[in-house]
Amino acid sequence: MNKKGKTFYEELMAKGYSRRQFLKFCGLMGGMLGLQSTGVAQIVEALETKPRLPVLWYHFQECTCCSESFLRASHPVIEEILLELISLEYDDTLMAAAGEQAEWVRAEAMKENYGNYLMVVEGAVPLGSPGYCTIAGKSAKQIFDEGAKGAKAIIAWGNCACSGCIQAAKPNPTQAMPVHKLNPGKPVVNVQGCPPIADVMAGVITYYLTFDKLPELDNTGRPKVFYGRRIHDTCYRRPCYDAGLFVESFDDENAKKGYCLYKMGCKGPNTYNSCAIIKWNNNVSYPIQSGHGCIGCAEPNFWDNGPLYATLPAIEGFGIETTATKIGAGLTAVALGGVAAHAIVTNIQKRSLIKNRTDDISLNVEDNQEYCGELGKRMDNLNKKIDLIRKDQLTYLGGGYRPDKPSDEPKN
Amino acid sequence: MRTVITKKLPLREMYVWELPVRIFHWVNAFCITFLIITGFIIAYPPAILSGTGAQQFGYWFGYLRFTHLTLGLILIINFLVRFYWFFAGNKFAKWNNYVPLTKRQWKGIFETVKVDVFLLTPKPIYDIGHNSLAATTYLGVFVLIIVQAVTGLAMWSAASEAPGAGLFQDFLFKAGGFFFLRHLHYMVMWLFILFIIAHVYLVFYHDYIERNGIASSIIGGWKFIDERLAKDYVNELNATEELDKKKHEIKELEKEVKETKAKHNG
Repeated sequence: MNKKGKTFYEELMAKGYSRRQFLKFCGLMGGMLGLQSTGVAQIVEALETKPRLPVLWYHFQECTCCSESFLRASHPVIEEILLELISLEYDDTLMAAAGEQAEWVRAEAMKENYGNYLMVVEGAVPLGSPGYCTIAGKSAKQIFDEGAKGAKAIIAWGNCACSGCIQAAKPNPTQAMPVHKLNPGKPVVNVQGCPPIADVMAGVITYYLTFDKLPELDNTGRPKVFYGRRIHDTCYRRPCYDAGLFVESFDDENAKKGYCLYKMGCKGPNTYNSCAIIKWNNNVSYPIQSGHGCIGCAEPNFWDNGPLYATLPAIEGFGIETTATKIGAGLTAVALGGVAAHAIVTNIQKRSLIKNRTDDISLNVEDNQEYCGELGKRMDNLNKKIDLIRKDQLTYLGGGYRPDKPSDEPKN
Repeated sequence: MRTVITKKLPLREMYVWELPVRIFHWVNAFCITFLIITGFIIAYPPAILSGTGAQQFGYWFGYLRFTHLTLGLILIINFLVRFYWFFAGNKFAKWNNYVPLTKRQWKGIFETVKVDVFLLTPKPIYDIGHNSLAATTYLGVFVLIIVQAVTGLAMWSAASEAPGAGLFQDFLFKAGGFFFLRHLHYMVMWLFILFIIAHVYLVFYHDYIERNGIASSIIGGWKFIDERLAKDYVNELNATEELDKKKHEIKELEKEVKETKAKHNG
């Protein structure tokens, strides 16, 4: 905690990085956030002068893949210095301390940075029973509430924290809750993905430090800069989609040629993320480039919209892997059968009508006459109303008034 | 001897479906048919297992989607025109045909189920415009068209910079994203298929047993109507006209009374 108050720039210099590396990082962040060149200057200034953000990193129900992603940031510049960007005060997965020591560190960090720290939440908070995720005698919810109380803002890091991911999938046995549903009363930014891209985290933190506010968010709380476009619209295989060239099975010739994976259940058309632009592992590749469809991990409830390898989701309650197509085709068959049966019964039941043996007594002719009678009644009512108004006019004016004779107007 | 002349009472030709209604019907029929076909190909594109790739196949899937989107827009515009005609059209095109609010309409629905669905009596029901059950079904179809339009536009908004696309984009996220909307869009398409089966069959059915020219009425607008019903309708038209006149008269009178009262007091 003696690092407190140091700026990112000072920290880098102390660690032996060059100014050139620092400026490279700032330029990269500015580019990713879509800022003008003056914006980059703002970033440089902020990172040089403002003390680093104290961060408390919480882990709940999750697999830690988000942390893995963060620690193995893709871009070389980011990879080296991402951890220096923040002042990481507490992270139960990364820290050497354990047990009571760890708890003490957390309490101290919270006290010292109360109202100033950024809370990063990884994982969903189970509400079903405190037994599911209790640390040091405190339930996940208690720990979360304590942390959220003193936080300046919360970053929900990964799909678990943003929308519950696999543990919130039906039937959600632990009642896993994403951060925004716990009403923490603090600004929340959802950095989606399973896991999310580390560069996105760097971008969000840089933005927050520079401009003192969260970047513009979409309806689901994701920063628009990184989640503004679909993978489908940024995918390098998109021309194959538009040419109608698809992989039919993972081992066919089309897969070898790198055609579109839409028919293999690729969820690129459903998913907002920047995988196709920023890419993973030193900007080497991303799932589609490696021949596997997108599974839609940056979208809420993607597990409930499986199977992963089908274009359309299965429908619950009709057995495994029953799609709308099967149900629709079934209903169509039933409808055609019903229509055929109806046609047969019609020929039997309405025989006298068809063969012209019945006098045509229509069912609703009498009905209609009744309705016409009703109209007559309404007319009578209106006539009565007119009479009433006329009478009113006459009584009011003492009977001596004729509206069509202006000379008769009474004098006040 | 076999009768070759109908036993029915005299029939009169009546102009029922005005031109905008007929145009609406056929534009709908065309658009929905081709939307289903193109939509199916978009959901299940054919396998192309040989050839030289994009050089040979160009942009056909893109053009197919373009066709789907264009047809969708035509469907929407067509529906908007019809929406205007709900208020400007004749008695059989008015909005209140399609919303079962009166006892008369519910009775009509009940009777139609009895006579035409369960075939409990050989007597036919005779309506000039839609029968109440059909009209209520069309209300359902209108709702389906709106659902398809909104979900379709919301999905389109992802790749559009058009004004208003942002609104639909917000709606997309609020409604649960692409997963849900695509699925809904696809399931509703099947409801259209079911509707078409019932609709086309029932046209044949009514034309077969009632012989009132229902099938050709959507081409020319004229139907053969029982003379009593036709006369009733003319009476009704006159009565409605007279009612309107009376209502107008009352308004004028009330205005006059108000004016004279004001003058008298002031």
